[in-house]
Amino acid sequence: MPGLRVVLVSGRTLYQGVWKEAGKTTEGYWEWVAQCRMDPEDMRRIGVREGDPVRVSTKFGSVVLRAVKSAEGPHPGIVFVPYGPWANVLVDPETHSTGMPSFKGVEAVVEAAPGEEVLGLRELLRQVYGRS
Amino acid sequence: MRVVSDVVCPFCGCLCDDLELEIEGREVKAVRNACAIGEAKFLHYGKHERPRPMIRRNGELVEVSLEEAIRKAAEILAEAKYPVLYGWSSTTCEAIRVGLELAEEVGGVIDNTATVCHGPSILAIQEVGLPGFTLGQSRHRADVVIYWGSNPWDAHFRHLDRYSAFSTGRFQPSIWRRALARLLSQLAERRMLRVARRLLLKMAPAPKPRMPPVEAPPEVRKLIVVDVRRTRVAEMADYFLQVKPNRDYEVIQALRMLIRDYELDVDEVAGIPVEVLEEVADILVGCRMGVLYFGLGLTMTRGKFRNIEAAISLVRDLNARTKFLLIPMRGHFNVTGANTVFTWTTGYPFAVDLSQGYPRYNPGETSTIDILLRDDCDAFLSIASDPVAHFPRRAVENMLRHPLIAIDGAVTPTTMMADVVIPAAFAGVEVEGTAYRMDHVPITLKKVFEPPEGILPDEEILRRILAEVRRIKAEGVAPEAVALGAG
Repeated sequence: MPGLRVVLVSGRTLYQGVWKEAGKTTEGYWEWVAQCRMDPEDMRRIGVREGDPVRVSTKFGSVVLRAVKSAEGPHPGIVFVPYGPWANVLVDPETHSTGMPSFKGVEAVVEAAPGEEVLGLRELLRQVYGRS
Repeated sequence: MRVVSDVVCPFCGCLCDDLELEIEGREVKAVRNACAIGEAKFLHYGKHERPRPMIRRNGELVEVSLEEAIRKAAEILAEAKYPVLYGWSSTTCEAIRVGLELAEEVGGVIDNTATVCHGPSILAIQEVGLPGFTLGQSRHRADVVIYWGSNPWDAHFRHLDRYSAFSTGRFQPSIWRRALARLLSQLAERRMLRVARRLLLKMAPAPKPRMPPVEAPPEVRKLIVVDVRRTRVAEMADYFLQVKPNRDYEVIQALRMLIRDYELDVDEVAGIPVEVLEEVADILVGCRMGVLYFGLGLTMTRGKFRNIEAAISLVRDLNARTKFLLIPMRGHFNVTGANTVFTWTTGYPFAVDLSQGYPRYNPGETSTIDILLRDDCDAFLSIASDPVAHFPRRAVENMLRHPLIAIDGAVTPTTMMADVVIPAAFAGVEVEGTAYRMDHVPITLKKVFEPPEGILPDEEILRRILAEVRRIKAEGVAPEAVALGAG
């Protein structure tokens, strides 16, 4: 299945905040942060259903996330990933001399990733940074 | 069972100060008046995995005494030529003050989380000023409330209810009934369309969302939301402008033109029909007191501080016709305090470089992300923050090339990756002190529990590190080689 070109937006969600407070090593944090919220039409286009793994790739990195139907749709062409270590693999570090990287509005490609695993926090840190 | 009232919530910049906790022993049994995040903060107290004092040896974190961890942190900082001291937004102003003293002593860069949050807003405010206000004015008087690039439903849940559209002010009624009715009707309409499409019209194109009709009586408070996604607050708004990503700047400038009575020779701007913009411009000009709350949807996207400059200019233009004010929606509970203490101490609100012996401020050069991308620093101290979880990958990779010290109350990706871990007490739960609300009103945080034995407040940890750094420097002996960081 070919990838779909989208714009990546990262941001706070209520449950990212709630589970951050419960602890970032909890299962709940992983469940609510390692997700890619998509427009239902976009999900249909790449052939994924709620909960299926999708690979999101930008110029800066690539990560597997769980596809979740966005409650904030319709927003075709936009995917939303909550703030956290998974989103950080994808965002644009360039600050354009302002100190601020682009955490929102990053060009990305999303594609179905059948059989691929959404990494847990420690596995992700180990894979990306070599320690955890 | 004891009940503690008027507790201040140490989560977001709203600093709600009316929480009530029911406590049994060292456990919070019930939280009243808080939002879901504030409630989680207190209900999970005591159930967190808390870090122990640790030092990384041969690639593994090994538990040590608190004194040893503090000594190691001091050695790293005393040895470093250009350390970065980062975080500060989730601790007290008293701790931040000591942090600034430490930064001056070690000659490094001190920066707070505003650098990856509302740093661009500060840059814009320094260029064109800030027609600010206190949240009480918004609660009592604002008849037009705009949330631009901000989603209070998820990030500042009680902001709507305490300070803006859903608060009952002295001169303005709450509009929550109207907003809730609109939300429910929109959800029902969407559900019906979805079902109809599934059952009957499988081949038909997806229904396009309609702009909600204006039902608000002319004299009553109105809610306007500008966002790239149709958030819950957008569903409730009298007007929702769904802007295309990275194009907020165009919409702001279009509104400025309309307010100055220019005509737009296009049909739409960044996905928003010009007729809708004209209606919104009329509402803005016709209000008695409007407030614009803006979030990271403006600071983190293309244009960054230029977006904020344009937003402030829009408010300035509006002030020629009516009264209009704006304020950034600050995230961490004391990020405003961090900016304030930095400013009164060094003259600058963030990204302060003290390596020359005097404060220098040049965001883009002295800001944490830029320093990390250039791989300029040779040690990193993170306090009351989690940069490993919240910085872009390349910045974190460079951070981990050098010794990393983490001072935190919870186990986070940063404490997991650090070379020295120092556990700290939670500000606002185990430590009292001062924090600044997003409108620069200082509020005293309450101490609800005694910290566990051996866990010190940030302020005390920093004082001990500072004393140790001074001792090392006074002895003039080169500290033992810091063979950390690579592992």
